[in-house]
Amino acid sequence: MTTTPLPPATTSAAPGTDTATESGQRTRGDRRRLFTPRALLLNGALLVGLVASLGPLVWMVLSSVKPESEIRQFPPTLIPQDVTLENYTQLFDRLNFPQFFFNSVVVALAVTVGAVLFSAMVGYALAKIDFPGRRALFLLIMATLMVPGTITFVPLFVLVANLDLVNTYAALILPFLAAPFGVFLMRQFMLDIPDELLDAARVDGAGEFRTFFRIVLPQTGPALATLGILTFLGSWNNFLWPLVAVQSADMYTLPVALALYSTGQNTVQYGLLLAGATVIVTPILVVFLVLQRRIIQGIATTGIK
Amino acid sequence: MALRTDAPPAPGGPATRGCRPESARRRRRGYAAWGFALPFTVLFAVFMILPVGASLYMAFTDMRGADLRSPLAVNFIGLDNFVAAVTDPQFQQAAGNTVYFVGVAMPLTLGIALLLAALLNSGLTWFRSVFRVGFYAPVVTSIVAVAVVWRFLLQPDFGLINSALGLVGIDGPDWLTDPTWAMPSLIMLAVWRNVGFSMVILLAGLQGIPKDLYEAASLDGAGAVRTFRSVTVPLLRPTLLFCAVMTGIAYLQFFEEPFVMTQGGPLGATNSVAYEIYNQFGFGDYGLSAAMSYLLFVAIAILSFLQFRLLRPKN
Repeated sequence: MTTTPLPPATTSAAPGTDTATESGQRTRGDRRRLFTPRALLLNGALLVGLVASLGPLVWMVLSSVKPESEIRQFPPTLIPQDVTLENYTQLFDRLNFPQFFFNSVVVALAVTVGAVLFSAMVGYALAKIDFPGRRALFLLIMATLMVPGTITFVPLFVLVANLDLVNTYAALILPFLAAPFGVFLMRQFMLDIPDELLDAARVDGAGEFRTFFRIVLPQTGPALATLGILTFLGSWNNFLWPLVAVQSADMYTLPVALALYSTGQNTVQYGLLLAGATVIVTPILVVFLVLQRRIIQGIATTGIK
Repeated sequence: MALRTDAPPAPGGPATRGCRPESARRRRRGYAAWGFALPFTVLFAVFMILPVGASLYMAFTDMRGADLRSPLAVNFIGLDNFVAAVTDPQFQQAAGNTVYFVGVAMPLTLGIALLLAALLNSGLTWFRSVFRVGFYAPVVTSIVAVAVVWRFLLQPDFGLINSALGLVGIDGPDWLTDPTWAMPSLIMLAVWRNVGFSMVILLAGLQGIPKDLYEAASLDGAGAVRTFRSVTVPLLRPTLLFCAVMTGIAYLQFFEEPFVMTQGGPLGATNSVAYEIYNQFGFGDYGLSAAMSYLLFVAIAILSFLQFRLLRPKN
């Protein structure tokens, strides 16, 4: 049983009466079943799906190192014949992409740190402290959980303009520090912290803030990480609000720069666009591959909860 | 335990000892709680509650870009904005397009996601985690970036898709400039990018279904289809509901795809409600834009409500 990594969750049947002898047979049976015609067909279908899923991303990277003439060649070359980094050098020299990259990183990091910390703080209060206004605050937050950005961006722009924040990092960061979904997630996880642990800390004379930073935060590490990753992804890929809130080119984030550039040119230079897309997508894909287990589990549990 | 006395020393005689420190501690905990909640609550009030309220206010006024600095000095015009929106042929077309997009892309996304999740859960897969990661990868990508990539894939002369179709003798259409094919192209992109999200959640839901239910079904002689309909689907309802609501909310607001790939064209064939809201905002018609956004909000609420009615667990 220990040496079969293939079906991790499916064989986790409760250790009942008949499993002792049968489970061994079942796994051996499973292994044989993996090569029946039915299994071959099934895996074939999944492989087709995998090619469809990853194909466009692979094609993006491969094409981004082709010269424009090869990109426009018919029929297309699968493997680049004439590998060049010219698209990237142009992107970085002519289009000020390092600045956009820097803007995206600053905004995403600030939003992530701020939103996770504030969500954890208010989530802790909502989950573990009985205070006046608790229920009302929670209901209000829940009510806005599904309010989409499309609804609020016009009044938000009027507000930001009157605060003289247009074209500032603050405009890109502040509205995302109050994240109802993050509060919901943190509260759910903090409900599981045993009260005895908190009482013990209080009995030892720790104040509420000390208890929070020394006991509560370390206990919620996985939840903080999940929320942090999801927040970072959301901020990095965010488009509508940065498009509205920022009008001078030096404040563009990566998606805004790429979208405006791709719609603004007369003759499309696919090489440049694909290099730009690669610059946006690759860092996120790397983060995703490194942390995929946590991201996927985080998504799955939020869906189940 | 003795340390509890480091609460502020209760004034008064020993008779009040049992009650006063208790209420003082409660009050102090209340302050602490609001201390924790304060940063969030202030930002939440300013950047969420205020705009949601202001959006409703603006929808009933004639506010324009020129009133940006004096948002309170505008005229109330009742339902004029809403009337203007619903009677505008361009908005009607955008609404129709949005219904088309949601109506086709949502069932496709959920259906493919459920199929993939079921295949991955069959116990017959070779590299389950590879497949899972591969199907989820498009979800983390920026829509703007992948819209650029798909524009390239769908390019009629040298794009990969028409080249592949050419190999089997099919003359592919001008995907993004043909009014008939533009929307299906965007649907293809949306399904490609969003299937992984629902698949991961549905797979977790499938794994949560107790194995003995399947064993019982097979003992009763139920076939695969029967088992799927009588065991899997009922137990998966809450998960399916969650996926349907999340996908529906996202799809009703689709904006980036037409913005990057078609600019709403050709002939308005891919203009969406969200894109129309953005355009009216760009023209400086803030009131009209806010009214349209409230209509979209109502549509989102109605769709979510219908999904709850349709998919709620049956007792």
